[in-house]
Amino acid sequence: MAKLNSIADLKKLRADLQAQAKAKTDKPLVNVSLATCSVASGGRDVMEAMKAEVASLGLDVNFMQSGCMTYCYAEPTVEITLPGKEPVVFGFVDTDKAKLLVQKYVKEGELLDGVIPVGYERVVL
Amino acid sequence: MSEKKQIRIATRNSGFIDPENIDSYIAAGGYLALAKCIEEMTPAQVIDEMKASGLRGRGGAGFPTGVKWGFAAGYKSDTKYVVCNADEGDPGAFMDRAILEGDPHSVLEAMAIGGYAIGGNKGTIYIRAEYPLAIKRLKIAIEQAEEKGMLGKNIFGSDFSFDLDIKYGAGAFVCGEETALINSMEGDRGEPYTKPPFPAEAGYWDKPTIVNNVETLAAIPAILTKGASWFNQIGTETSKGTKVFCIVGKINNVGLIEVPMGITLKEVIFDVGGGVPNGKEFKAVQTGGPSGGALTFKDLDVKIDYEGLAACQSMMGSGGMIVMDEDDCMVAVSKFFLDFTMEETCGKCTPCRIGSKRIYETLDRITMGQGTMDDIENLKLMSTVIKDTALCGLGQTMPNPVLSTMRVFEDEYRAHVIDKKCPAGVCTSLLEFVVVDEKCVGCTLCAKVCPVDCISGKVKEVHVIDQAACIKCGACLEKCKFDAIIKR
Amino acid sequence: MSMLNITIDGKTTQVPAGSMILDAAKKLDISVPTLCFLNLDVMKYNNMAASCRVCVVEVEGRRNLAPACATPVMEGMVVKTNTMRVLLARRTVLELLISNHPKDCLICAKSGECELQDLAETFGIREISYPGVMSTFRKDVSPSIIREMDKCVMCRRCETMCNEVQTCGVLSGVNRGFGVVVAPAFEMNLEDSACTNCGQCTQVCPVGALVEHDHTLKVIQALSDPELVTVVQTAPAVRAAIGEAFGMEPGQSFTGKMAASLRRLGFDHVFDTDFAADLTIMEEGSEFLDRLQKFLDGDKNVKLPIMTSCCPGWVKFFEHQFPELLEIPSTAKSPQQMFGAIAKSYYAELLGIPREKMVVVSVMPCLAKKYEAARPEFAVNGNPDVDIVISSRELGHLLKRMNIDLSKLPDEDFDNPLGFSTGAAPIFGNSGGVMEAALRTAYEVATGETLPSVEFESVRTLTGVKTAEIKVGPHTLNVGVASGLGNARELLEMVKSGEKQFHVIEIMACPGGCIGGGGQPYHHGDMEILKKRNQVLYNEDAGKPQRKSHENPYIVELYEKYLGKPLSEKAHHLLHTHYFEREKM
Repeated sequence: MAKLNSIADLKKLRADLQAQAKAKTDKPLVNVSLATCSVASGGRDVMEAMKAEVASLGLDVNFMQSGCMTYCYAEPTVEITLPGKEPVVFGFVDTDKAKLLVQKYVKEGELLDGVIPVGYERVVL
Repeated sequence: MSEKKQIRIATRNSGFIDPENIDSYIAAGGYLALAKCIEEMTPAQVIDEMKASGLRGRGGAGFPTGVKWGFAAGYKSDTKYVVCNADEGDPGAFMDRAILEGDPHSVLEAMAIGGYAIGGNKGTIYIRAEYPLAIKRLKIAIEQAEEKGMLGKNIFGSDFSFDLDIKYGAGAFVCGEETALINSMEGDRGEPYTKPPFPAEAGYWDKPTIVNNVETLAAIPAILTKGASWFNQIGTETSKGTKVFCIVGKINNVGLIEVPMGITLKEVIFDVGGGVPNGKEFKAVQTGGPSGGALTFKDLDVKIDYEGLAACQSMMGSGGMIVMDEDDCMVAVSKFFLDFTMEETCGKCTPCRIGSKRIYETLDRITMGQGTMDDIENLKLMSTVIKDTALCGLGQTMPNPVLSTMRVFEDEYRAHVIDKKCPAGVCTSLLEFVVVDEKCVGCTLCAKVCPVDCISGKVKEVHVIDQAACIKCGACLEKCKFDAIIKR
Repeated sequence: MSMLNITIDGKTTQVPAGSMILDAAKKLDISVPTLCFLNLDVMKYNNMAASCRVCVVEVEGRRNLAPACATPVMEGMVVKTNTMRVLLARRTVLELLISNHPKDCLICAKSGECELQDLAETFGIREISYPGVMSTFRKDVSPSIIREMDKCVMCRRCETMCNEVQTCGVLSGVNRGFGVVVAPAFEMNLEDSACTNCGQCTQVCPVGALVEHDHTLKVIQALSDPELVTVVQTAPAVRAAIGEAFGMEPGQSFTGKMAASLRRLGFDHVFDTDFAADLTIMEEGSEFLDRLQKFLDGDKNVKLPIMTSCCPGWVKFFEHQFPELLEIPSTAKSPQQMFGAIAKSYYAELLGIPREKMVVVSVMPCLAKKYEAARPEFAVNGNPDVDIVISSRELGHLLKRMNIDLSKLPDEDFDNPLGFSTGAAPIFGNSGGVMEAALRTAYEVATGETLPSVEFESVRTLTGVKTAEIKVGPHTLNVGVASGLGNARELLEMVKSGEKQFHVIEIMACPGGCIGGGGQPYHHGDMEILKKRNQVLYNEDAGKPQRKSHENPYIVELYEKYLGKPLSEKAHHLLHTHYFEREKM
């Protein structure tokens, strides 16, 4: 990987990366929180269950892992972004609910219980 | 301020980016601040910007970060160190782990900025070995940052170089104190030494060293990207920006929150935290972990910032918030925290080593119903002197749980001592298990389950518990189907 | 150096930058109580743990109280040392300390010398407001030192001594919380550690946590057994200090009174280790000349420098720390062990008694000598050459117990033949003394000429490491002298790396040599005492008619009648030893 040599290099890389990300927004994005506490409460199983369900339904979905989503009380938590929609965070997800999320929300756009409201303003750089 | 109570600055990326992929961080504006510092600012300008931001140390003591950097920059030395204190150890606090696991690059970026500002080329992250996932992600992050030229030689093509390594702590609470941390990093016993000299003058290997906490560092790239004047709009006169808290205990929304300084306790507990579960009354919240103190139902309008908490005999601390309701006994809570510090004191100085033990013993006597009024006076005296004489922050703050709970709940202490009662019904030695005559149907279940056979009564007659023989195990209360046994 | 203004209790003074509040207070004659703090400039020892918190003072503008011992003076500082807040804090801290300290002062070895006891008295502490459980540790008894860590106040003085001055690294703080204690690694027994038994830890321990292993009762038992012939020897440094135990001014020679006191105790023969010091020079000096000659002749199997082996702390130190250098030290036994070997052979034969009937008691400034006497190689069929070793401190106690007031006694002489010595012997007690004594004899034996001046000033200071070039005939000898094991390490590293070629090196484990020994009366931090003891021994030397070991007529007689000549087979058998490799930890 080439080293970045200036702020201009960095800004260009960022613009490229943002463009790549934007290009992917035509597909649903599933973001599973995988911090220590999320993993301990079953986050990895949730990730696997959702991937399996997506495969069995033949859907085209992007997955990513992230760190702590801050909702300890509702772990494991999953954030799903459907094309053209705001991200939605679902809490209290277990493997059964993971499958349901794929079947209902990812595929059909149909909301399920356990949606965690956004109570913060995120600073974006 | 928007209607949303939280503003996520230090935790801006956690949960949104892939912590194991540097591109994910760069796409979110990562390393812009470092690039800006190196290309557009002198080290002195970086320090001025940090001072102007008003950022204070988030590890607990709240020392202005820019001032600390300025001190270290002022000392001439061939080598200077930037140390990240990731030895998080307060019971119920995990914000540093969350940041390291969710956004490790923000910490690396800030450390490099710190190195640039003070004229140092080496950084070390001192992290407790109990955080394996954070360590793994940090290692990946360091490797990726080196590949991209954000760490290592000639960062962004400049003549500034900065190398990072990781050192592991063995889980001693006191090693979060910066001088103990430095001793531990050097391979010595993890115990504090007396300051001055401050680490900024003579720290790691006696070289000028800045020790900054994870959360402090995580906020820095945002501050330098968006500017000091953006950051210092948030917060109060003396405390700028936001603070991350781990809100746990008797609260509905257990979790991590990041709120602007100056938010009231009421907003935190009821708006952000969702209030106390099961319809119970909010009683108090322990802030600052074992070094902090209790804010109570009387303090709901207190504005949370460094000075506001100190005025309540508590402290900001690293940001643990343990919420207690009417079922919690404040004497038992103090005892819990003193038990922690008593075990964790390094034992170096007299007030902390012996004082913590004596305070614990006194609290223990009180919860056992063996306390005297002298004990209450001695608690106050010992606590005051320990605060005044202990060597390091751990010792100086160790009596806070006692002093702060006494401030509002001295009656509860007195009830234990004078009436031999625990009003919250927690201290077992002071409880009685009794049969409510009207409810008892004489089913004999309680008598059968009693391990010491102290319940007597014939079938279909009211049973009686022999208080002298009862060991207060509570088995009868659990067993009774008719709510005919109560503790009081 | 820039000077800073400071006001303490309304009085103003100036102190150099870098001074602590305590220094400034001293300058103003304001006495601030201390416990953990100890500064021994001669030894480059400075314990600034700031852990006891007894010396706290109020500093204007500071949130909490400051330890006077470790808080640097800042320009314009205003300090108060006796406000209500300060006094209450000190008292509470002391009460806390004492609440975790055994109250059995009556049966404590440090009673009367204990700094905590003094503080309790000063603060008028009559009851403990905060009683509670006490931290307890097992008692650890080594041949030389007893650790009773129940009494430890965590001042860390011993640790600083053991690690920074002596570089033995045996003692350090272990555990945490209330269970914290200063101990060897894994809390092993001191005996099993790399402890050299130097006893400097007992010199600095403010309480009774570290004390000598007392053997006075054994002495009384031996003296009261009519079947036994009791022989006593006293090391050079004891005579420079024993009077201090009786409140006499340091700096006088107590030799005559000490000899008288030992006779009053009932010893059958009052002899002197100084005699054996002269004997040591004969053996060690000859060994040196022998090795030097071979070395100069190009013999590759001969290693230089030769190093002295009088000091058992030093011997154990190199056995642990420099096992690769085991070939270098002289094989000559220490004077104590030479004395024992000669007493139980030559002298027992003169008396016509079996060695088992003779009890040899040593009075030493040293705790390591107890360990040395117990080393198995220094015994014949299980009967040790030296039976009992007591320290100067123990002799003081013993005399008092036996109703003997040393200060009131007349001066008496030692008995002969094993009580006569030359001026070369008493200076063994000073760092550099063995070197000087050896040079006096080596010079004359090697050159056949008379020394123009017997005093080698270049090795006579209290400096930790001394090096000099000495002309002996056609040769220039590089000599090195170190006292204190940290200084010894410095010299040894030079030898190991080949940085400097020394011909002869003298090492004493205790800073200043035996006058500063671990078994001497407590100096309580007053380093002037060491300087005075040092002078006493040089005066003793100057006052002797003979000043070179080979001029000792009884030594000449011993060789003529019994040993033959130095390094003879018999001399080897009785007066030489060998060393063992030991573990680093």
